[in-house]
Amino acid sequence: MPNEDMSEIATRDLFPGALEMMILESLRRQPAHGYALVQHIQQRSNNLLQVEEGSLYPALQRLLKAKLVKAEWGVSATNRQVRTYQITASGLRKLEQQISSFQRMFEGIALVLNPGKATTS
Amino acid sequence: MNWIPSIFRRRKLYGDLSEEIRLHIEERAEQLMGEGMSPKEAERQARIAFGNRSLLEERSREVWQWPTLESIWADVRFALRQLRRSPGFAIAAVLTLALAIGANAVVFAVLNGLILNPQNVPQANSLYAIEHGSEKTTGQSYPDYLDLRDHNRSFDGLAGFTLGKAGLDTGKDPSSVWAYETTGNYFDVLGIQPFLGRFFHLADEHGPNSAPYIVLSYAYWHSRFQDDRGVVGHVVQINKHPFTILGVAPPDFQGTLLFFSPDLWTPIVNRGQVDGMNDMNVRGKPSFLMVLGHLKAGVTPAQAVADLNSIGSYLKKTYPKDDANMAFTLARPGLLGDFMGRPAQAFLTGLMFLAGLILLAACANLGSLFAARAADRSKEVALRLALGSTRKRILRQVFTEAVLISLIGGAAGLFGSVTLLRELSAWRPVPQFSSIHIPVNPDTTVYVVALLLSLASGFLFGAVPVRQVLRINPYEVVKSGSNARIGRRITVRDLLLVVQISICAVLVTSSLVAVRGMARSLNGDFGFEPRNRMLVNTVLQMGGYSGDRVPAMQRRMVDAVQAIPGVESVGLVNYPPLSTAVENGNVYYDRTTDLSQANAAATAIKYSISPDYFHAAGTALLSGRSFTWRDDKDAPRVAIVNQEFVRKVFGSVTSALGAHFKSADGTRVEVVGIAENGKYLSLTENPQPAMFLPFLQSPSNWTTLVVRSERDPQQMADAIRSAVRKLDAGLPFDIETWNEEMGGSLFAPHVATVSLGVLGVMGAMLSITGIFGMAAYSVSKRLRELGIRVALGAQRREVLQAALGRPLKLLTFGSAVGLALGLLATRVLAYIVYQATPRDPLVMAGVVLAMLLLGLLATFIPAQRALSVDPLVLLRDD
Repeated sequence: MPNEDMSEIATRDLFPGALEMMILESLRRQPAHGYALVQHIQQRSNNLLQVEEGSLYPALQRLLKAKLVKAEWGVSATNRQVRTYQITASGLRKLEQQISSFQRMFEGIALVLNPGKATTS
Repeated sequence: MNWIPSIFRRRKLYGDLSEEIRLHIEERAEQLMGEGMSPKEAERQARIAFGNRSLLEERSREVWQWPTLESIWADVRFALRQLRRSPGFAIAAVLTLALAIGANAVVFAVLNGLILNPQNVPQANSLYAIEHGSEKTTGQSYPDYLDLRDHNRSFDGLAGFTLGKAGLDTGKDPSSVWAYETTGNYFDVLGIQPFLGRFFHLADEHGPNSAPYIVLSYAYWHSRFQDDRGVVGHVVQINKHPFTILGVAPPDFQGTLLFFSPDLWTPIVNRGQVDGMNDMNVRGKPSFLMVLGHLKAGVTPAQAVADLNSIGSYLKKTYPKDDANMAFTLARPGLLGDFMGRPAQAFLTGLMFLAGLILLAACANLGSLFAARAADRSKEVALRLALGSTRKRILRQVFTEAVLISLIGGAAGLFGSVTLLRELSAWRPVPQFSSIHIPVNPDTTVYVVALLLSLASGFLFGAVPVRQVLRINPYEVVKSGSNARIGRRITVRDLLLVVQISICAVLVTSSLVAVRGMARSLNGDFGFEPRNRMLVNTVLQMGGYSGDRVPAMQRRMVDAVQAIPGVESVGLVNYPPLSTAVENGNVYYDRTTDLSQANAAATAIKYSISPDYFHAAGTALLSGRSFTWRDDKDAPRVAIVNQEFVRKVFGSVTSALGAHFKSADGTRVEVVGIAENGKYLSLTENPQPAMFLPFLQSPSNWTTLVVRSERDPQQMADAIRSAVRKLDAGLPFDIETWNEEMGGSLFAPHVATVSLGVLGVMGAMLSITGIFGMAAYSVSKRLRELGIRVALGAQRREVLQAALGRPLKLLTFGSAVGLALGLLATRVLAYIVYQATPRDPLVMAGVVLAMLLLGLLATFIPAQRALSVDPLVLLRDD
């Protein structure tokens, strides 16, 4: 199984921190539990990002540890026992930072890929 | 440090996580069922969508762990469980390493204590002793010392010291003590501060016998004066002369020789009283003073040597007769400069090398054990790989196990070696010199080195199965069971075994050579017979004797002991051969008139003896006559010389008898007898010229009675003691057998033999475990094949050949290589161990036999197992 490391990287992260960023962004819109988060991310990306569902959990634990999100057990609208994640104030700040630095990076990449059609906002 | 509370929260965190994941999969499955899937299929799909649950859970948990440390801790616990499951393997591995690391720690501690460690004085790194001449003697004469001290520009002061034995009388129980007789500036040059009272200084010296002062060593103050602070200022008797106790030296300063701590220090200007010597004004030969000092800041040793040599050439010009060879060099003072330092360093370096080989052999041994283990566990490894573990993780597990074993082994080895070193430090190898000891208490450096060695060897043998683990293909292994490939090609394990066996053969060879050399030297011909001889040692100076009273007392002692029933004969000599002291003198042809160093016919060892000495000592007189009591100071000077003296000075026996030679002071001496050669300084020396002079013509304070008797030594000692006490109750002396006394000169070969013997035994043990491991493994691997062979009608011989042919072939090959290397290596040994020659058929045969025996011993159990193979049982097993 020489390709196991490769597959792991491909499913977990597009680039380091991408999954965390998407989770934070989803949670900013509304608190959710793990299953709902997976659904949300897959739908929003038009199923382009085929994230292995489980790979969400290590990322969630990292966010929990960094106190960017908090979690609480509760009961969902469909009467299921769920652990709902909520973004914290520092999570919001972190998200802002990440989005802006991501945008700068994205612009940079775009400039390299399409030198003629460079746009600056 | 938020990981501390998180450890306590962890159980809940992990529980939450598992529950959450379970609910996630459940929710997905329910949704799929809602889409019309069967419950079973839905659950399967939900699991697939989720991914590798245990892996992801582990990853999630890792987030909370104190990153690597905790997973290493988990590895350690796993490794401990693994080891507990195979206790035989664990014990063998730990023992192997304990032995190897212990051996290294001991040798390194000795090396550290004697060679690497600077002395216990401030700024020890700039402390040097001055040697001179082609033999690099550390001694200088007192006038030469004064010139060096006053004219050099390189040292922050030069001090000198020599060893002396004196009788100390504090009012009760007179006893002999060892003293450093030092120049007045000794403590100031070294920068030592007193523990109690004060030291003596240069300003206290006002000519001969002007400074009757004593500084006690802490240990002697403790044992003799019971830490009594009131002794400072007390007056005691040294050799019947009053001396004042000035102070006590600090506990960690035990003199400037590593192995010889004095009981007390006295000023050298009182040498006449302390040592009875009258040589302070003689330039050149009586080079009793070891001179040492700190280099000035910024002065290199080379610059200092150049500076000293310019003084040397001045001395040579001014005193051509006395100071002929004044080429100076510097050396570390601790081991008497190069005199002992060089051989000690060579031997210890060699020993360190051998100990390193032992460790390498142990690592090779453990490496092949580990490789075998990895092969046995290839199924487990394959399973773990298939379940999503990474190879890195598995390798880390292998290394954790290896390092764990090496650390446990290292700790056990270190514990053993510390015990041994404590013993060694407390040991007094030469009974009559209670001050001689080996300062090798382990310090931090030793512990650190042992730790590093353990870690390094852990990684070394842990690295052996790495390639094997990386090559494992989980699919193949799971499909076909363990890959029992019995290749004909040479594997790493085979190579390791050959290397290990040859290392062990080197060790066995060198230890056999050493033991054999030692045995020969013990039964060898010394030129005297130490068996059934008692020695009575004293220095008459200690009883206050001087001048004509010395030989008179000596004669009375000889007569008194002679009268004891059972005494065959009594001889007297100033220093017995092979003791620690010796006196040299230049001799000249009779025709020589210019008695300078360059014109000397030979330098001969000088003994002052009584008429009966040869008979008492068992030295053969080959021709001529022995001395009589009429050879006194009024008679013509006579000498008995040994064969080597005859060869060097006269050429033949016939021309020697009755001929004359001149001694250093110009006296003509007639040769009246010729004695056999003997060993005088060490067992390994080449024949040296020696001359024996009548003690009435060449008096000496130093007195040893050689008492020849068949009686029980204990009874004899009591009788001698009361006889001598009757003559003078105030004279300190000691009695021992000559064999005991020789322990001192046999010390070095003894140590060499014992240490090599121990290393040899360890080497042998390692090769047994190595071969055993290999044979046992190859038998257990091939049990099925052997069973089939037996079922097909193979004979016992054929089964054995199939099972053990390879290990035995490797053994033969390794032994041959090791024997060849060992023979090369033992040439070095010949310098230390008397008559250690590798070209000894007995040694060769011994090595071959030893290795064969080892092979038989090691393969015995696996052979039994191979022979007891029952094909039915084996076939039923599968």
